[in-house]
Amino acid sequence: MSTPALVPYLLRLGDDRLVLGHRLSEWCGHGPILEEDIAITNIALDLIGEAALLLKLAGEEEGQGRDEDALAYFRDAVDYRNALMVELPKGDFGFTIVRQFLFSAYSVLQMEALQRSKLEALGGIAAKALKESRYHLRHSAQWVITLGDGTEESHDRAQRAVDELWRYTGELFAADEVDREMAAIGMGVDPSTLAEPWQAQVGEVVLRAGLTVPTHEYMQQGGRVGRHTEHLGHMLAEMQIVARSHPGAKW
Amino acid sequence: MAEIPRTNSQHSTSSDDSQWPLWEVFLQPPKGQPHEHAGSVHAATAEQALQNARDVYARRGEAVSIWVVPSRAITASTPEDMGPFFDPGNDKAYRHPQFYKVPHGVRVF
Repeated sequence: MSTPALVPYLLRLGDDRLVLGHRLSEWCGHGPILEEDIAITNIALDLIGEAALLLKLAGEEEGQGRDEDALAYFRDAVDYRNALMVELPKGDFGFTIVRQFLFSAYSVLQMEALQRSKLEALGGIAAKALKESRYHLRHSAQWVITLGDGTEESHDRAQRAVDELWRYTGELFAADEVDREMAAIGMGVDPSTLAEPWQAQVGEVVLRAGLTVPTHEYMQQGGRVGRHTEHLGHMLAEMQIVARSHPGAKW
Repeated sequence: MAEIPRTNSQHSTSSDDSQWPLWEVFLQPPKGQPHEHAGSVHAATAEQALQNARDVYARRGEAVSIWVVPSRAITASTPEDMGPFFDPGNDKAYRHPQFYKVPHGVRVF
């Protein structure tokens, strides 16, 4: 029971986590305080671990001998299927935290649905990722409230992050034929069904943080079909250079 | 005038540095054992302290429960207390329980 939608669908799930994990890893050694440095790096490792499992599964389903490393290190930006939100530069701590919060709230809902996937391997990965996502959500939501409800500067920075990121949230819930096909055969979830619970959850935290959600309707998208911002190419250059300079290297 | 006993909070939490307040972390290892001191973390709030403690000390499944306690809430003995606090016990043999005859029923138990 395979479908041409399966591999692109798994790549979207895996790439979201790989790219966001890499962006978070850029904080390693630069966190605002030792404990938070460890926390962010932990989340980065969780996401990269999830990505490894998802990309491995994508490679197996594709059946062309590509493993998770081949997919991570030897695809160019146009072949990446992550949402644009996760590839934006890490920005300041407020930006990183707000993005993590928006994504984690999405990931929790997504993984809750995917743990019942008819593709057993995906259901297993989702069950593991769900536990991790719940912790990421708890951590980032608490920080959003701390920053939003903190000093004037922390509030302004958090609000600026919400304003900048909001236009990238629509893409998370935009369903195309890949999503609809996967949902129809019970292997995936139609992301548009997650929009409402996500807005309710995010709205509650944003309200408690004393922040406001922009009212403009314009939403940016393109990542799911390989149309990325200029930032992804630069990020991949750094992420991939060692693997590409020394193909097959072991350490 | 008698000298006022000096208590010594184990770690200074005053703002001599720009760090957040310090919290002491206690982990309960699996199998229902008592909580044990694991170390300390900086955090602005109790919830944040709990999360930091989890990330720093319990992310490899070391614990089933975590307590965090503001370090400033701990009153600790000082090195000068060593003598008056602990030494007198050793020469008062009657404070140690080995003089009591343990009833047979307890011993086999």
